[in-house]
Amino acid sequence: MEVDVRRDGGGAQQAVTLACDTIYALSSGRPPSAIAVLRVSGPQAGPAVEALAGHIPSPRRAALAEIRHPNTHELLDSALLLWMPGPGSVTGEDIAELHLHGGRAVVDAVQDALAGLPGLRPAVPGEFTRRAFDNGRIDLNEAEGLADLLLAETQSQRRQAQSAAAGELSARLATWRQTLLDLSARAEAMIDFSDEGEVSDAGLEGLRRDAAGLADSLDAMLVSAPAERLRDGVRVVIAGPTNSGKSSLFNRLVERDAAIASPIAGTTRDLIEAPVAIGGVPFLFVDTAGLRQSSDPIESEGVERAAAAVEGADIVLWLGEVDGAPRREEVILVHSRSDIRPGQALPRQIAVSAKTGANIAVLIGEITCRALALLPPEGSTVLNRRQRTGIAEIASSLHYLSRSDGLIIVAEHLRVALRVCDALTGRAGVENMLDALFARFCLGK
Amino acid sequence: MTKRIEFDVVVVGGGHAGCEAAAVASRMGARVALVTFAKSTLGVMSCNPAIGGVGKGHLVREVDALDGVMGLAADHAGIHYRMLNQSKGKAVHGPRVQADRRRYAQAVCQVLAHSAVEIIGGEASSLNVKGDQVDGVTLADGTILSARALVIATGTFLAAQMFCGSEVRIGGRAGEASSNRLAAQLRELDLPMGRLKTGTPPRLDGRTIAWEKLSRQASDLDPWTMSPLSRTRTAPQLFCGITRTRPETHDIIRAAFDRSPLHSGAIASAGPRYCPSIEDKVVRFGDRDGHQIFLEPEGLDTPLVYPNGISTSLPQEVQLEFVRSIGGLERAEIVKPGYAVEYEYVDPRALDKRLALRALGGLFLAGQINGTTGYEEAAGQGIVAGMNAASLGRGGDPILFQREDSYIGVMIDDLTIQGVSEPYRMLTARAEYRLRLRADNAETRLDHIASKANCLSAERNRHRVERLEAFARLKPQIETQRLNQPDLTFASLVETSVGEELIEDARYAPYVERQAAEIANAARDRRTSIPDGFDYSRVPGLSNEMKERLHAAGPANLEEVARISGITPAAVAAVLVASRRKAA
Repeated sequence: MEVDVRRDGGGAQQAVTLACDTIYALSSGRPPSAIAVLRVSGPQAGPAVEALAGHIPSPRRAALAEIRHPNTHELLDSALLLWMPGPGSVTGEDIAELHLHGGRAVVDAVQDALAGLPGLRPAVPGEFTRRAFDNGRIDLNEAEGLADLLLAETQSQRRQAQSAAAGELSARLATWRQTLLDLSARAEAMIDFSDEGEVSDAGLEGLRRDAAGLADSLDAMLVSAPAERLRDGVRVVIAGPTNSGKSSLFNRLVERDAAIASPIAGTTRDLIEAPVAIGGVPFLFVDTAGLRQSSDPIESEGVERAAAAVEGADIVLWLGEVDGAPRREEVILVHSRSDIRPGQALPRQIAVSAKTGANIAVLIGEITCRALALLPPEGSTVLNRRQRTGIAEIASSLHYLSRSDGLIIVAEHLRVALRVCDALTGRAGVENMLDALFARFCLGK
Repeated sequence: MTKRIEFDVVVVGGGHAGCEAAAVASRMGARVALVTFAKSTLGVMSCNPAIGGVGKGHLVREVDALDGVMGLAADHAGIHYRMLNQSKGKAVHGPRVQADRRRYAQAVCQVLAHSAVEIIGGEASSLNVKGDQVDGVTLADGTILSARALVIATGTFLAAQMFCGSEVRIGGRAGEASSNRLAAQLRELDLPMGRLKTGTPPRLDGRTIAWEKLSRQASDLDPWTMSPLSRTRTAPQLFCGITRTRPETHDIIRAAFDRSPLHSGAIASAGPRYCPSIEDKVVRFGDRDGHQIFLEPEGLDTPLVYPNGISTSLPQEVQLEFVRSIGGLERAEIVKPGYAVEYEYVDPRALDKRLALRALGGLFLAGQINGTTGYEEAAGQGIVAGMNAASLGRGGDPILFQREDSYIGVMIDDLTIQGVSEPYRMLTARAEYRLRLRADNAETRLDHIASKANCLSAERNRHRVERLEAFARLKPQIETQRLNQPDLTFASLVETSVGEELIEDARYAPYVERQAAEIANAARDRRTSIPDGFDYSRVPGLSNEMKERLHAAGPANLEEVARISGITPAAVAAVLVASRRKAA
């Protein structure tokens, strides 16, 4: 299998990756850090530990060990060693974890030592998780959940990812699959056995009804918020005419000077985005160019982008005249610079001052409240794009079914629905999908 | 002096599989011998005197498209024609013909008599083997028939036992000897084997049935035939009667359960889920107040009637009692009691896609010996084995059938990849590409195989050419017409059938297109081949059960691996990586 192996610090480049190799990688963040976790997985993990530490500790008990270079016996670090033999381990293989002091030199030295051992090589991104999948320790949806978990920045994201990693969507899919199987069996019975008098044709109406019922459940799930909003943040776009205080407000909300604020009209020309988590809710704030006609081509482009951003926003903070506000529900009317223009706030506006901080908390409160309404409720199952597309396809097949005449077309729609269901759980269409999935993982995971 | 005769192909067994195998090999130019216990048993229908049905009818049309015997014989003997699923889409129309037993057997014998097949009455007592290749068979009388390709199509006779109440007899069909010596030899080859059961209902005397009390089902008015080469139905048409069991019938059966070999444990092996005995039906559908029974006349010159739906192995007295509790049968007489047959079969996963044993060169198995049930399934396998046996003899390529082109392909694939846990019967539900595989387009679907294998007679070839010409003429016309009001006149019968086929194609086109994409995807995975003799025990992450299934099925590529039941996607990925590693 030819794979482009990315360099891992001091690791060697190889042209071929083999599943029987033993892999190692830094599983914790980039050094320097307090502790660096080096993970080794594969058949040579045991010998590697022996070579570095002189002995293999009892399984699943942290033990202090001196890590020495196998050839020079130079002491590299005094570390905690964890030994987890397969098949009951995370990857299904023998795993050793070295909890080292997190200095760059230490990590490099130990990785070099590992590189010199026979049968060991640096892991490619996502390889540990891939092995967990290959060895049947996790299924596809759980693997995806794990990917999300590792990227989670807010508590909501974490909780959501955890439930996916724990197989919640898989369980739902399993139930739906069973229902589809039952429906399919009923249709097939009517085709293959009705003339033997054991199955009546009156079942077709009942089948359509039950299929419609299942389609409703799927539709209900599709209505829930997409995972991307949770993962990428609720998009809050700050818009309005030029010089209305957008950038100042933006800087205030993201709590740093990300945008250039100046009294000169037309300062902001492009979109400036900043992700922020407020109260556990992920946001993506977007500062935009002031909306006005301009002869300057760059500014014009900026204005177009601003208009597009407003279109795609989850929430819009409108800093202009009430009449000029975009006609959308998601608009919050803001009366900015309340410190220098007091008393002009209209009933529907929130008057704030970016400079003094007046009412910023109230504004944030309003934004958060709306964001929560847009995000999936805690504990609900959230779908990413792949899952959403698949479930939409199944629902679509079921809707066609309830409108189609002819038993064999009904059976065909059920067959297609089952196929899509199987693809979602990874039972079919495996290779491409696996590659795409595991590419999301970074090194060491 | 031992007599020794040279052949290219020797077929053992004159049932539906054996006859098709011998006939097609002969059409392809091989010198063929057909060995059977008695020449009079060629083409005998052991159970239901009917050919075809939903799924089964598709198989018959496909066998016919390869110029097989079954379709023509069915039309010669057909006394009742019924197109099943008439009200549903054409993809699941199932042509079914009830046949006069005698005329059917006569037709088969006639076809074989006009062919170059040499029919030899006798028992094949042992296989002759040279190294890892077959060399022929030796008959019980010492005659040696030498051949490099051997087709074993011995059906239910392989170490069979017949059960009727507490009586047990050795034999296959009533009154015939069982081929136990050959069975012993196959056992020595250490092939994976199993036992299955199949059953038959009592035969009734039609003169003792009160037909006037029962509903009738007449033969279809539309004069369709099983084979397009049959111009008309030649036999007079009869109607069959319809009745039902009653609660009293079920009570009688329930009371006698302990006397049924099926329930007393004397027969442990599995029977078909979908052709269950009446005992099974009463147990499984206990709350039903009646099961439908079709009373099918067995022939024009016989009073025998086959009651379709009450297979049984209960003792004779009980059979008479429960039969007489059924409406219209109050005074019925049983001429031959029903019985169950338990027989040995070879796990078909030991076969490759030509139906040849992987373990021994040149040995093909076809028919019920592979764990299938039904004449149509046997015929389909017979024709595959026969074509490949003939091809082997002349040094040609294997002739392979794919799931997406034929029900024959579905069957071969199911048998060799999944094996059987109960007698395998064809259902349209087995075909994921059902919308492409209609009973009316078998000739089109198998045209490339038929012409390449050169297995068509002159008459069939003429018909084929006529069809191709009609296609060329009609296809552009139909594509430009509106579907539901085609403004076409058909100049001949062939044109009509081709025209109707094209119209149906157009009707299903969007679904078929989508299936074409699926097929392309599957073809991609087929290109990842798994080497012969691949050692699954070395693949990490496979459970023992998965390893066993993979080893038994011997899949040739990744696509087949993925389809084996019980193999998870993680296992597929593991096999993929391991096989690449081996290749690297």
